Amino acid sequence: MSDHNTSERAPAAQAEALERSLGDGTLLRVKDLCLHFRTTRGVLQAVDGVSFSMGRRRSIAIIGESGCGKTSLARAVLRLLPRNVYKYTGEVYLDGTDVMKLSDEGFRQKVRWVKASMVSQAAMNALNPVLKVGYQVAEPLMVHHRMAKQEALGRAREVFRIVGVPEDFLHRYAFELSGGMRQRAILAMALITNPQLIVLDEPTSALDMLTQANIFNALKDIKNQLEVGFILITHDISTSSDLADEVIVMYAGQLVEHSLSTTAYRAPLHPYARGLMSSVPTLREDKKLEFIPGQPPSLINPPTGCRFAARCPQRFERCDQEPPTFTVGEHGELVKCWLYAKG
Amino acid sequence: MENDLLLSVKGLHTWYELRKWGFFHAGYVRAVDGVTFDLRKGEALTVVGESGSGKTTLLKTILGLAPVTKGEIVFSGQKLDGKKGSPGWLRSQVGFVQQDPYGALPPFMTVRKILLEPMLINKFGTAAEREQRIREVLEEVRLVPVNDFLGKFPHMLSGGQQQRLVIARALVLQPSLIVADEPVSMLDASVRVEILELMRRIQKAHSLGVIYITHDLSTVRYFSERVFIMYAARVVERADVNEIIHNTLHPYTKALLNAIPDPDPENAGRYRDVPAGEPPSLVRPPSGCRFHPRCPARIEGLCEAEVPPPFEPVKDHFVECWLYRA
Repeated sequence: MSDHNTSERAPAAQAEALERSLGDGTLLRVKDLCLHFRTTRGVLQAVDGVSFSMGRRRSIAIIGESGCGKTSLARAVLRLLPRNVYKYTGEVYLDGTDVMKLSDEGFRQKVRWVKASMVSQAAMNALNPVLKVGYQVAEPLMVHHRMAKQEALGRAREVFRIVGVPEDFLHRYAFELSGGMRQRAILAMALITNPQLIVLDEPTSALDMLTQANIFNALKDIKNQLEVGFILITHDISTSSDLADEVIVMYAGQLVEHSLSTTAYRAPLHPYARGLMSSVPTLREDKKLEFIPGQPPSLINPPTGCRFAARCPQRFERCDQEPPTFTVGEHGELVKCWLYAKG
Repeated sequence: MENDLLLSVKGLHTWYELRKWGFFHAGYVRAVDGVTFDLRKGEALTVVGESGSGKTTLLKTILGLAPVTKGEIVFSGQKLDGKKGSPGWLRSQVGFVQQDPYGALPPFMTVRKILLEPMLINKFGTAAEREQRIREVLEEVRLVPVNDFLGKFPHMLSGGQQQRLVIARALVLQPSLIVADEPVSMLDASVRVEILELMRRIQKAHSLGVIYITHDLSTVRYFSERVFIMYAARVVERADVNEIIHNTLHPYTKALLNAIPDPDPENAGRYRDVPAGEPPSLVRPPSGCRFHPRCPARIEGLCEAEVPPPFEPVKDHFVECWLYRA
């Protein structure tokens, strides 16, 4: 296999793979998205050249260790950026429009809540304590669709039913609701404007097992009933399988594997994805757990070659020298690893 | 057999008093409400429960950090007086591994100082012996080469290394019991197993008694054989880990097992069979069995009226549920 060949082939293969498994059209297409932060110690490459696309009504789980850029990726897609942004480039097409070309105000008016909404980590604690829950849930409609209050509250009643919150909770305050109910209310808020994409960032990590299972049941209901796609960001791999049609594995700011859930959970391709899957404890089957020795590289001056090379059990010479390109696997998986490069 | 006993807990109740104005008081939070068990030397025990089930309070009471309201705790033949504040002799005998390693380590102390401090306070050996012990214990938790770590501050370590340091600190006084409160819940999946295996190895090597507290049933089998399931301040089921998983008796444990997914692409297509509702308030817990308002197998007239005693339908498998009454 020669270098020349692979680098010729890679972009074409990548583009082709991006088109795959889209069902009834593309909802979101992200191309070469970068989000770098300025820090006192240098530029931190939180998201570095991530490309993927997702179809309508699909749900994608983004998994990876803490600090791998999962949340930054979601924030980059929804343009919820902190102040220390150094570089924010790439293309994001949502529902056919190039949202990167919109101004901040345009983005707020046309995209946020309208086309895409987000449930962020521990969002249930972000409810306003002095406003009734129903009003807070209805607020995006009043702001983004200029809807009258009574009408918006009526719609809030509908979404409460969908997520399984009793109607009379509309008139309660946040402190009167349990953690699970608050999280459902937040979910209702994300749903109320009928967005096509909902980003869930660790939606249940602060909740109990049974509550978590109940919320995932509600999410499945929503997925079966409504025209909505989900991006689920989590480090809990077992739970992610409850919702995912496809899985994106991230490592050190980069996407290393994008595959269908059947591949991702049963036979992942990338050595990191394999290590991650075999480190997940299972309840029912008795398997020998493995772990990945070492720790992820710093995202300030990351290694030039493959970022996983230092921890990879199957490393060879090329891995340290040049960053791997994407290869398309048998079932349309995308994997960023030299092991699969066709030469 | 009697000498083998490390810790004996009998009918333990830990209640926290709610705010009180003069003669008026608002009641108690019954965080631990009648827990009895024995732990032998070198035995590992796991307590599984959701947040608010009283598992952390149980552990704090054993550490002497929470008051004993009723019942008794006997540690190595000595009875704890049950007042708040742990007696000195207990502190050198019990090591504590906290949940959040970063929060548990003083940020302004180096690794050496963090490990030295407990030895100075408990007057452990001479200066040379202490230095020797620091090296031993760091090697034990695989923070090697030791010299590279001695001068580091906690923020220079990764999450997994910090948790190793917390474990090293718990071990440094050569305790006979280690209590670990969710030691891996703050760590990434790929590091979790490593830490659990490390703890298991240390437990076996020194035949330590270990009480491991977790909400995650799936990690249990990698750690201990004996499992307690706690719900609303009581231990509702206790048995061997495989017995609990393959011959689940209590309806709550069944629900808990149903709620925990294994990574499987088919999960996306099926709903989880779990009861709705939330764990009850511990100020006014439900009468009778505390799980009865959510229980799918409730027996009308019995479950809400009387508290089920522990039944033993299978040998060494105890369950507090009326379904198994003889």
